[in-house]
Amino acid sequence: MTDDFSIEKAVEQSTQIPEQSPAPFLTQLKGFWLTFATMFKKVETIQYPEERQQTAERFHGRHQLNRYEDGLEKCIGCELCAWACPADAILVEAGDNTADAQYSPGERYGKVYQINYLRCIFCGLCIEACPTRALTMTSEYELAENNRGKLIFEKEDLLAPLRAGMLQPPHPMYPGTTDTSYYKGEVTGSHPSQEVKTTDA
Amino acid sequence: MSCNGGEGMSTAELIGADPGWIIALKGVLIFVICVVATLLSIWAERRIVARMQVRVGPNRAGKFGLLQSLADGVKLALKEDLIPKAADKIVFVIAPIISATTCFMAFAVIPMTGKVKIFGHTTAMQLTDLPVGVLYVLAIASVGVYGIVLAGWSSGSTYPLLGGLRSSAQVISYEVAMGLSLVAVFIYSGSMSTSAIVDAQNKWWFGVVLFPSFIIYVISMVGETNRAPFDLAEAEGELVGGFHTEYSSLKFALFFLAEYVNMVSVSALATTLFLGGYHALPGLGFTESWLGGWFTLVWFFAKVILFFFLFVWLRGTLPRLRYDQFMKFGWKVLIPVSLLWIMVVSTLRVMAQQGASRTLIIAFTFGILLLIFAAASLLERSKERVKKENAESLKAFPNPSFPIPSLTASVKNGTEEIHD
Repeated sequence: MTDDFSIEKAVEQSTQIPEQSPAPFLTQLKGFWLTFATMFKKVETIQYPEERQQTAERFHGRHQLNRYEDGLEKCIGCELCAWACPADAILVEAGDNTADAQYSPGERYGKVYQINYLRCIFCGLCIEACPTRALTMTSEYELAENNRGKLIFEKEDLLAPLRAGMLQPPHPMYPGTTDTSYYKGEVTGSHPSQEVKTTDA
Repeated sequence: MSCNGGEGMSTAELIGADPGWIIALKGVLIFVICVVATLLSIWAERRIVARMQVRVGPNRAGKFGLLQSLADGVKLALKEDLIPKAADKIVFVIAPIISATTCFMAFAVIPMTGKVKIFGHTTAMQLTDLPVGVLYVLAIASVGVYGIVLAGWSSGSTYPLLGGLRSSAQVISYEVAMGLSLVAVFIYSGSMSTSAIVDAQNKWWFGVVLFPSFIIYVISMVGETNRAPFDLAEAEGELVGGFHTEYSSLKFALFFLAEYVNMVSVSALATTLFLGGYHALPGLGFTESWLGGWFTLVWFFAKVILFFFLFVWLRGTLPRLRYDQFMKFGWKVLIPVSLLWIMVVSTLRVMAQQGASRTLIIAFTFGILLLIFAAASLLERSKERVKKENAESLKAFPNPSFPIPSLTASVKNGTEEIHD
């Protein structure tokens, strides 16, 4: 049986396909005009090291460990970021805050905090996981090094710098507050009594 | 042929009277010009193509990136020089040398200035003036192909071999068209000497008088130099690097040098044969005596740069041709057209020399045009007939009586049905 296939049909179909013929001469010349005109257009190149562009507002760059307004660290060492990380790039070891050495409000703080930028895929799941907004991302993207070891960032590499009014931890919490008041944003700066204690310690 | 002024000596006689030290000086100068032109043209090409692609191109090494090609050259020289185990060592080493030397040699007969003084000695900026100068250039260009073919063959590797073969077929095919396009120039100038041809263009440039020859020459010079869109020999996407795939270090640099010097020398030849050589633009003839005649050098290089820009422009605009398209174009279009054109030119020339009347010449030209139109329409008709016949013959083919698998899949009501 020959079924549906017939040569007549095939021929009919093949004749329906419009034949490819070269474009008219003047149309071809258009291409020459295009390249010539492009020479006088503004170039797209950005002279990178000298000239930098603002990144997008929500760019996923290097991480940062934030602080409260009095300088205490926001990180409580809960390891949720490390658990959320699909690339297993984060290592957190928590430590206990003591009366002599208070690093963050509440009981615990992140004693060891490492992010391995050889592994990190900048997906931002760690930022979503963080319950205290301790971990956020900056717009810094120049993360190249000549050494693999240098790309494992330690806590001190990641911590946000102390701004005016902040004190270098460890120091006690703002007098008369709990960790909840910190969390609610009621602490808006450091108290002189906090400084005295730290210098003593 | 025409007024040379001064002592009434022709360029050939002038150059013939050169003392040895001037010949040596000119030789060195030509070499230096070629090398510097290569360095600058690589830079210029990269910058121009970049601008055509909305980029800036190399701009780091030196002012405006001018030292980029020098830096690249130094880098190439410092690279490890590999010779593959399967290569034929002697030929492998000789091939780039052939390529590089021949392209410099072509420059020897190019007249770059009119009459000038070098340290008080009157001469012309042309190393030698052969009575068959243009033939010499063609011959040298053919020898240059050996460099490419031998490089491809001696590498002992597949891609270079294919690239070398492509390139030799290409250069040989396009040399035919190139040679034919030059015949019209010889007929009109009555000489094969480059300086005599330049002198013969005192009134009208041959690029205007012999416009079809000019076009054919320009196309075939691109084919001849293996440049885009005819760069089939090194088609990066198909043949890795073509004939120079296995080359590294200075040997590779020599091929690179050869390519660019070749470009400059075919451009120089085009300038000489079609754009009046070192002569000024019509109406600016008074500039030719500036700087004691040296200003003609500026005119010469302005025209060469014009051709060079054309090369770059082509590269920035056109995609590479397929091999069969390329060969078809060379053999079935360029060669027949130039043959026809030569016939027309020689007939017209003879008619003019025999003192035919103007009306006769015009009538002849008109007749030729009519013939061309008739041939074109006949061709179109026969094409259509062949197409129709093909369709008929396919229809006449009976359906076979045995079951055959279908080649077509048709889409009905959005679901795909495959017939078998």
